[in-house]
Amino acid sequence: MSITGGNHKDRVPTYPADQPAIRLDDLTVAYRDNPVLWDIDLEVPPGVLMAIVGPNGAGKTTLIKAIMGLIKPVAGQVAIFGRPYEKQRRLVGYVPQRASVDWDFPTVVLDVVTMGRYGELGWVRRPRKKDRDLAFEALEEVGLSDLAHRQISQLSGGQQQRVFLARALVQDALIYLMDEPFQGVDAVTERSIVALLQELRRRGKTVVVVHHDLQTVSEYFDWVTLLNVRRIASGPVDEVFTEKNLRLAYGGRVAYLGHHSHK
Amino acid sequence: MEFAPLLENLLFDYTFRTVALGSATLGIVSGALGSFAVLRRQSLLGDGISHAALPGIALAYILTGSKDQVVLLLGAGVAGWLGTLLIIGIVRNSRIQNESALGLVLSVFFGFGLVLITFIQKRPDASQAGLDTFLFGQAATLVKNDLITMGALGAAALVLMGLFWKEFKLLSFDPDFGQALGFPMRVIDVLLTTLIVIAIVIGLQSVGVVLMSAMVVAPGAAARQWTDRLGLMVGLAALFGALAGVSGALVSSSVPRLSTGPTVVICVSVIVLVSILLAPNRGLLWSWLREQANRRQLQVDAVLEDLYILAVKHGDIGRGHSIEVLRTMSIGHGGVDRSLKELVKEGLVSETGEGKWALTPEGFEAGRRLESSGDEER
Repeated sequence: MSITGGNHKDRVPTYPADQPAIRLDDLTVAYRDNPVLWDIDLEVPPGVLMAIVGPNGAGKTTLIKAIMGLIKPVAGQVAIFGRPYEKQRRLVGYVPQRASVDWDFPTVVLDVVTMGRYGELGWVRRPRKKDRDLAFEALEEVGLSDLAHRQISQLSGGQQQRVFLARALVQDALIYLMDEPFQGVDAVTERSIVALLQELRRRGKTVVVVHHDLQTVSEYFDWVTLLNVRRIASGPVDEVFTEKNLRLAYGGRVAYLGHHSHK
Repeated sequence: MEFAPLLENLLFDYTFRTVALGSATLGIVSGALGSFAVLRRQSLLGDGISHAALPGIALAYILTGSKDQVVLLLGAGVAGWLGTLLIIGIVRNSRIQNESALGLVLSVFFGFGLVLITFIQKRPDASQAGLDTFLFGQAATLVKNDLITMGALGAAALVLMGLFWKEFKLLSFDPDFGQALGFPMRVIDVLLTTLIVIAIVIGLQSVGVVLMSAMVVAPGAAARQWTDRLGLMVGLAALFGALAGVSGALVSSSVPRLSTGPTVVICVSVIVLVSILLAPNRGLLWSWLREQANRRQLQVDAVLEDLYILAVKHGDIGRGHSIEVLRTMSIGHGGVDRSLKELVKEGLVSETGEGKWALTPEGFEAGRRLESSGDEER
């Protein structure tokens, strides 16, 4: 018998193939009395690259924060491969919005990426060489290894975004939740990030991305959720990403799709 | 010189040594822990905690009748801590913003503390209570036992800071990410705040509740100017705190009737001022110099580009152009004279006749490169 006893098994994350990667039941989040998310049911099958789209204030960021328990829902359940997030958090990697942190913080690129290992390390234990090596490998994967010792305030927007991606890669997760990874990056960086996301899917990971640009949804993603406080639709892009659903999500404000109206 | 024997005398003087060591200790601990408050943009937190500590000191005295330092500081710590939790609670459960909650708690606690102290002083048996020294601090009252208490508390706080370094870093940089990883960030927040409370409590006797927050914020703010590494910043802040403590003690003991607390705070302010002005990269002086250099370079480039445009237009590199033409083209840039001199020195421009200037072949090449790179940027 190990010291941890019967509990031990419970702490090891599991990912049975017959379970959806993410499953939300009746999830409702409210800020004071205003519902931000209302009664969301959602199933994300494993191995998809999914966009969450919807107008401003639709609750896209809130949705991924609620999945990770960063925001407490007033009702509903979250299951990651069939079990609550608290037991499965090792399976989930997170890329927050780039602007959510102070990039003038006194630290270097490699240090930030190493933070992806903190969950594995647990309390008090310091990162060791092995952790920094893993962080360096992740930096190589996003093409930033020569900036490893650069102060983070010297990075461009696209580089900051890739640092956050590398930090999530270091988490070595099965599911990645990303909040607007294309925000404020140039076209070249956007292409390299898309290539990375598709590589992750190729490796069997599930990637959920809060996305703004409706023009690129069909090109980048194979799965999509349309959100506007309620879940409008969710499924394969070619079935769900229709003008009718977009109207429902955006109201009358959407005048595009098919015609390349704005650029 | 007179300074050396003075220093020698002081080093062997019990009171001075105690005061200097005490000030250094409080400087180290508050500087190191205050760095995190600075990075989390909670500069006012120290102010809230130290003011909230005052009623704790008074209540501890009223309840125990003891003026033992440990008892009073315990009271200060508990009150400071409760005040902070109250601030956090108000922010979380109402629409009141952080700064307003802080101001509210600070003034209510501080006012209550003042009332209690006035009450104590009016009691016949308390003529020498002297609790009002906690307002502005009185380092001269420190004795060896106080130093031991301060040292032990400070060492404990620093050890805990080292232990939870990774967690505090996560809290300061990206608390959401930390929470997603499974670290209870609220608990870590309370832990860090508790350590800052300890740092403040250590300094109350010598610096006082009114000025103590300066010792939390100033060393960290100064240290941030000099380095881009968290570890170095915390170390440097501790050093600055110690430096301010010792020099404050030195100055106040060599000038009669100068209290230590305010002197220490003035010393730390000087360190901040010097850091803000002179630190490389972030210092105001350097960024001003850089700006000037940039401006010069732009002026020089503008003249070079103008000469290039003229040469292309006339199809003749060797043809000289008068300075007036260049001045007209450079309106808004200025410094044409100096720019020409610089370009001549670099061998890019030569004087073809009285007041006439033309590009050399190298200059023409440089002008072409400048022009095409400018186009690309556009």
